[in-house]
Amino acid sequence: MKISAIITLKKDVLDPQGKVIHQTLDGMGFKDINEVRQGKYFEIEVKEEDPEKAKDLVENMCKKLLANLVIENYKIIGTQ
Amino acid sequence: MKSSVITFPGSNCDRDMDVALKKFGFKNTMVWHNDNELPKSDLVVLPGGFSYGDYLRCGSMAAKSKIMQSVINFAKSGGLVMGICNGFQILVETGLVPGVLLRNKYLEFICKNVFVKLDNKENTYFKNLDKKVLEFHIAHNEGNYFCTKDQLKEIEDNNQIAIYYCNNEGKVEDQFNPNGSLKNIAGIFNKEKNVLGMMPHPERMIDQSLSGEDGSIFFKNLINNIK
Repeated sequence: MKISAIITLKKDVLDPQGKVIHQTLDGMGFKDINEVRQGKYFEIEVKEEDPEKAKDLVENMCKKLLANLVIENYKIIGTQ
Repeated sequence: MKSSVITFPGSNCDRDMDVALKKFGFKNTMVWHNDNELPKSDLVVLPGGFSYGDYLRCGSMAAKSKIMQSVINFAKSGGLVMGICNGFQILVETGLVPGVLLRNKYLEFICKNVFVKLDNKENTYFKNLDKKVLEFHIAHNEGNYFCTKDQLKEIEDNNQIAIYYCNNEGKVEDQFNPNGSLKNIAGIFNKEKNVLGMMPHPERMIDQSLSGEDGSIFFKNLINNIK
């Protein structure tokens, strides 16, 4: 079963990469942007077939390694 | 005095640290990240470099390597653990010291000499240091120290800020902050002050013919404090 998770920076953490992307997009003519925040996306293929158990497993991975909870949030966004 | 330097895949300041520790009298052992046990040590050093290619987050993989469980136990029993640069990043990922290290404010890899202020002397690392301002070298892409407001209050209340970026007179101001670090923080202690994480590299300042000798002042004082 494949589980997808995204990791995003918390609101009050500065995201210099997002800022630069914003500026570049602005320079390209995309003028209607308020803010850009960059994050990470993971697809994890697990052996577990039960969706709830598989989700729990990946959530645990997010807490222990994939995200640093001081600055990042995680969200399981899909199972398939 | 015995020290151990841990080598992770991608560490590149481990041998510099070995040279520095030996020069000032430590009997040093190099320890591989995949080992289970630490040799008997008075000081454990996590060196600089790019462990695991800085994948995911700097230090995040190294923090989970086999030897780190022994390092964490050693630190929790009061042993001296010092993390330099990538070693500092590994320490924050283990949670031994609070906060995180974000990318430098202007997204540049910074490689230069800086002045740092070390006026927190109630600890084994800086006790008896005559000087308050030293010139060290920094070389990093992720040295922008950050922590939550609650954590900042806690580290300030506990006097855990170890080192600040400053000018040659010890003035701590925004203009002397190379990477956007919160409060110009260059180094942090744990609550008990036996664990020290810092971005600057004292091991690069141990020879006048190379770059300077302010690192020598630090190491000489450290071994005297441990004896």
